[in-house]
Amino acid sequence: MIYAITIYGEAGVFEALPKDRQDEVMSGHGALQTALKDRGEFVSIKLMPPTSAVMVEPATSEGTAPLITDGPFAETKENFLGFYAADFKDLDEALEYAKMISSPVARLEVRPVAWAGGVISSE
Amino acid sequence: MSDWLEATFAQQRPRAIAALTRVFRDIDTAEEAFAEACLKALTVWPKDGAPRDPLAWLLTTARNAGLDHVRKSQRRAAILSRHSEEFQPVPTETPDPDEVRDDVLRLLFICCHPELDRRDQIAIALRVVVGLSVEEIASGFLVKPKTMEQRITRAKKKIANNPVAFETPSPAERGARLGEVSLMVYLMFSEGWSTSAGPKQMKLTLCEEAIRLARLLVALFPAMGEQSALLALLLLQHARRRARIDADGKLVALDDQDRDLWDRSDIAEATGLLQKAQRIGHRGVYIIQAAIAAAHARAASSEDADWALIESHYAALHVLQPTPVVKLNQIAAQAKLHGPQYALNAMAPLENDLSAYRWYHAMRGGLLQETGDHKAAIAAFETVMTLAPTTLERDAVTEKIRLSQKELRGM
Repeated sequence: MIYAITIYGEAGVFEALPKDRQDEVMSGHGALQTALKDRGEFVSIKLMPPTSAVMVEPATSEGTAPLITDGPFAETKENFLGFYAADFKDLDEALEYAKMISSPVARLEVRPVAWAGGVISSE
Repeated sequence: MSDWLEATFAQQRPRAIAALTRVFRDIDTAEEAFAEACLKALTVWPKDGAPRDPLAWLLTTARNAGLDHVRKSQRRAAILSRHSEEFQPVPTETPDPDEVRDDVLRLLFICCHPELDRRDQIAIALRVVVGLSVEEIASGFLVKPKTMEQRITRAKKKIANNPVAFETPSPAERGARLGEVSLMVYLMFSEGWSTSAGPKQMKLTLCEEAIRLARLLVALFPAMGEQSALLALLLLQHARRRARIDADGKLVALDDQDRDLWDRSDIAEATGLLQKAQRIGHRGVYIIQAAIAAAHARAASSEDADWALIESHYAALHVLQPTPVVKLNQIAAQAKLHGPQYALNAMAPLENDLSAYRWYHAMRGGLLQETGDHKAAIAAFETVMTLAPTTLERDAVTEKIRLSQKELRGM
C-alpha cells in the first residue's frame, strides 16, 4: 500500500528556530530520504510558504470561469507544508518512517494513497 | 524544548503585541502582558501540550495578565477611566483575522511615527514588533547598546505623547499606512545591507528581519501585488549575500559576482512571488525593481542579462520616481547596450544634481576607464574618496585608481 506522510505546521516557526535546531529537523528529513531511497521509489514535495499561493475558487454558477483570488488569507494556524509518499508494507511500517521526521514544529498525518502517478524533480 | 516554544512566540509576537496594544492603548503594557503569557506557556505547554491555536491562547492569557497588571499599576486610574467598558475578562477565542490585520498594520504604522527619524522608526519596529533585544538592534546598526537603549526610550516617549487613532482605518487610510510601513521595511533592509558591508564581518540581522516583516505584510495582504513584489525584491537582493563579499572581505560588484553563490531557493521563491504580483497587474515601484532584480537573477552572467529589458524597466521606474538616481541607473543599463561614451554623454546633465553622490562619480570613473581616458577616470575616483565611502568601497576604488595609474605608466 502506498502511504502519504503529510506535514502540517505553522509557516515561519521553522525559520525562527536557532540554526542547530533547524539542522536537527533537516537531519531527520535527510535520514528519511536516504532510508526511502534505499528501499525503492518515493516522491516528496516541500511547498513554498503559503504567502506565495494563489487560489482558484470554483465558479459560482454554470458558464462562469473559476475565480482566481490572491492567496489564502492570513491564517495563524497550521498549513500544509509538504509530503512524502512511498510503498510501505503496512501502516505500522509507514508510521515507523514517519517518526523519523517528527518534531515540535510539525504535525504529521499518515494516510493511504488512492492513486499516484507522474514523475517530477526540481534537482 | 524551550527553543521550539521561543520560535512559536517569535512567530506570534507581531500579531499578539499588535492586538494587545489595541486592547491596552499602550505598547509597554502590551509587551509586559505578552512576556507574562509566554512565561506561563513555558510551564503550561510542555505539560498539557501546545494549543492548536497558539495565538488565541497567548492573547487570552496576555489579556488577562495585562488586565491584572493595569488594575494594580498607577496608570490604572487614567486608562480605566477612558476605557472601562472594554476591560472584561474574555474566554479563549480565535481572533478575527480582519481585526488582527488592522492591528498589525497599525502597530507598524505607530513605529513609523513622523516625528521619529527613519533609523529610530526601524529600531523601534525591531524592538516592539519583532522583539529583538537592544543588543541585537545595536549590533545591526553598529552602535553601542547604551546609545540604542536611549534612542529607543526617547522614541517610545514620542510615540506615547502622540497616539495614532485606534478606530478601524478607512480603505484610503489603510492604503496610506501600508505604503508608509512598506517603505520602512524596504529601508530596514537597505540599512542592513549597507552596514553589513562595513569593516566588521557581515551582520545581516536587519536584512533578515526586514524579510520577515515583508513576509508578514504579504500574509496579511495577500491581494496586494506591491507587498508580494517587495518581498520578492528583498529576497532577490538577499540571494546575493554570499557573492558580494569575496574571501578577502572585499566588495564584489554585481557584474563580477560568482553567480553560483547566489541562493537559488531565495531566487525561486522570489520568482513565484513576482509572478503572483505581476498577475495582479498594478505596476508600482517595488514590482518594477523586483522585475529588474529578477532579470539579473535569471542571467548566467552580466553579459547574458537582458539589458534592453532592464533598461525599459528603469524607464518605467523613472516615470513613477523621476529622480536623478533612477535616471543614473537607467543610463548604467544604456551603457551595456550603447557603450561607455553614449552613457557618459547621457549622464553629464545629471552632474549638478548628483555632484555629492559618490555612485555617480564611481560609475563615471568606470566608464572613463572603459573608454581609455585614465586621467579623467582617476580624477573621478578621487572625487569618490572625498565623499565618505565605506571602508570596503574605499578599497575597491583604490584598486581602480591603481589600475588606471598602471595603464598611464604603460603608455
